[in-house]
Amino acid sequence: MANAPLLELRDVHVHYGVIEAVRGINLTVNEGEVVTLIGGNGAGKTTTLRAISMVHGPSHGQILFRGEDITTLQSHKVVQKGIIQVPEGRHIFPNMSVAENLEMGAFQRTVARKQLDQELDHIFGLFPRLKERRKQMGGTLSGGEQQMLAIGRALMAKPVILMLDEPSMGLAPQVVELVFEVIAQVNADGVPILLIEQNAQMALQAAKRGYVIETGEIVLEDEARSLLGNDRVRKAYLGEE
Amino acid sequence: MAAVLKNPGIKRFSDNVAKFWFAMGPFRYLVAAGLMILVPVIMERGYLPEWTLLGYLDGLYGTNILFTTGVWILLALGLNVVVGMAGLLDLGYVAFLMLGAYTTALFTESGSAEQFHFAILNPWLALPIALVVAMLAGVLLGVPTLRLRGDYLAIVTLGFHEIVRQTMNNLEVTNGSRGIFGIPHPSVPVTGELGLDGTPYWQWLLVPAIILAVIMIKHLENSRVGRYWTALREDEVAAAAMGVPVTKMKVLAFVIGASTSGVAGWIYAVKLNYISPNNFPLLQSILVLCAVVIGGLGSIAGAVLGAALVIMLPEIVREASGGAEVFGFDIETGRIAVFGVLLIIVMIFRPGGLLAAKRRRVELMEAGAADMVISEAGPDPDETAAPVGQEPVVTEGDDVRAPSEGGEER
Ligand SMILES: Nc1ncnc2c1ncn2[C@@H]1O[C@H](COP(=O)(O)OP(=O)(O)OP(=O)(O)O)[C@@H](O)[C@H]1O
Ligand SMILES: [Mg+2]
Repeated sequence: MANAPLLELRDVHVHYGVIEAVRGINLTVNEGEVVTLIGGNGAGKTTTLRAISMVHGPSHGQILFRGEDITTLQSHKVVQKGIIQVPEGRHIFPNMSVAENLEMGAFQRTVARKQLDQELDHIFGLFPRLKERRKQMGGTLSGGEQQMLAIGRALMAKPVILMLDEPSMGLAPQVVELVFEVIAQVNADGVPILLIEQNAQMALQAAKRGYVIETGEIVLEDEARSLLGNDRVRKAYLGEE
Repeated sequence: MAAVLKNPGIKRFSDNVAKFWFAMGPFRYLVAAGLMILVPVIMERGYLPEWTLLGYLDGLYGTNILFTTGVWILLALGLNVVVGMAGLLDLGYVAFLMLGAYTTALFTESGSAEQFHFAILNPWLALPIALVVAMLAGVLLGVPTLRLRGDYLAIVTLGFHEIVRQTMNNLEVTNGSRGIFGIPHPSVPVTGELGLDGTPYWQWLLVPAIILAVIMIKHLENSRVGRYWTALREDEVAAAAMGVPVTKMKVLAFVIGASTSGVAGWIYAVKLNYISPNNFPLLQSILVLCAVVIGGLGSIAGAVLGAALVIMLPEIVREASGGAEVFGFDIETGRIAVFGVLLIIVMIFRPGGLLAAKRRRVELMEAGAADMVISEAGPDPDETAAPVGQEPVVTEGDDVRAPSEGGEER
């Protein structure tokens, strides 16, 4: 399976009871890529991500990670494989300090204290704001800081692939910019990324390839640059006439 | 109350006691056991002066209160795992006590000759069965409620208590509302068969069970499991994203929680000889929760203190006022009255509970700086005096309900 994609969704369907929120999507992420999945509210983006992480698995279809079907695994086993997500809406641990939140990201791995400190320093290098606030409780951080923390925590898990669900949601433009800078940097360090976004402009600029999802189906799939120029995308997602 | 606890003299004293206590290492459990076994003997003889408050609880009356207190300490320890550590609000916890007690009755030579039995065993052999039945019930409650959170879980567990109680009330094999009598006392070495006096139960059964439970729970708390529970309690979505086996950990919390009350149920049944559904009103489940909250959610020492308060304080108030009443109420109503008031006072002045679980500092924090952090995190610099071990465990276990930083945000 040497040339299998890192992550591959084959005809994935996801149901909530009788409601079919994702209707047979195919999607791949290759080594080193940033791939974005864009779509409007309720299109099924979060559902797709939760299916990949097996928090709410698919009702039909396959999800292959390095050629191996992971739909039989429990969600914590998926995490152990290095498939790490930053869930929608910045779920951080409110009563843990910034540093402790970050350490929670690493606790699936057995890391020596010294190395852990180095890894923390690396995250603090990406997000200096977090360093200043390393002892502050997570719940008292601003929205932007919480998003940085959620991303930092996911990075502490040493992802083989990182999946982010609308990391720019509700953030001020400068913070969005910072978040995208970090995404680029993480990718430059060799981590492939699946980026879910409504901010199509930023996402398509950051990504190599993109998928557009509407009511549970992939309606477009192309190089990100081409999608940026695509009429349908421009109208529906870039607010252009 | 808060003022007293903040008094620098008292705080220094309690800090020193705590330091001394933890300096003993594992040996402290032996010392605790020794004290717990000795004090009741003195108490029973009436040698304790009244200002110790325990002095009011002398004679057979006192030993029976001590017995009840022991049972409740086991209950509070177990419920603290479920609610305080894993953050699962269980309002029907006494169901497990009931199951332990009834299992004991149905596996020993109890009741009349016609009374139904699964088997007639030595009471000691009924102990592991009661334990296993309670733990299985933990799975039974845990699995279907996995998807429920907060209020919904609370309501289902509330129902669970009533379902178990009504089942016992209506089944023929449990002799319905008449209950089962004649549950045999167990025998122990030296003393022989235990009788109706509470002290030997306390010394032979409750103290060892409590110490074992504390050691087990402390061990879990300091292990990966404790860390998982903390994450789960803090934010389930984040916990799942970080690879916490959510399902397993929730069920495990219910099972561990149920284990102590299964044992408590066995001790309860073999001491009292008689059990009936009326012994287990729903209010008991609420009172155990009350004990855990007053003591401090997530705090092991707090659970012990809370249980002791819930059982002993109303009795002490009654004895001290020299009558049969507690503030003009009968003892059971008085208990609720006392606890309603105490709960409100504690929640106002020490929202984390009397012995609030202190965040065990992840040792990345430099030793000195850690204190500063806690006070800068919130307006209330009231560091709890709770003695909490500072075992040098790498990034393990973390309790987070200290009043200074919890509360408002949740
Ligand atoms: N737990 C659930 N139970 C039932 N239906 C759900 C559940 N979660 C999501 N849905 C439905 O599935 C559909 C897809 O939801 P999803 O959260 O995946 O959308 P999304 O693309 O992430 O939208 P947004 O950008 O608003 O986050 C929606 O119609 C939603 O109502
Ligand atoms: Mg979404």
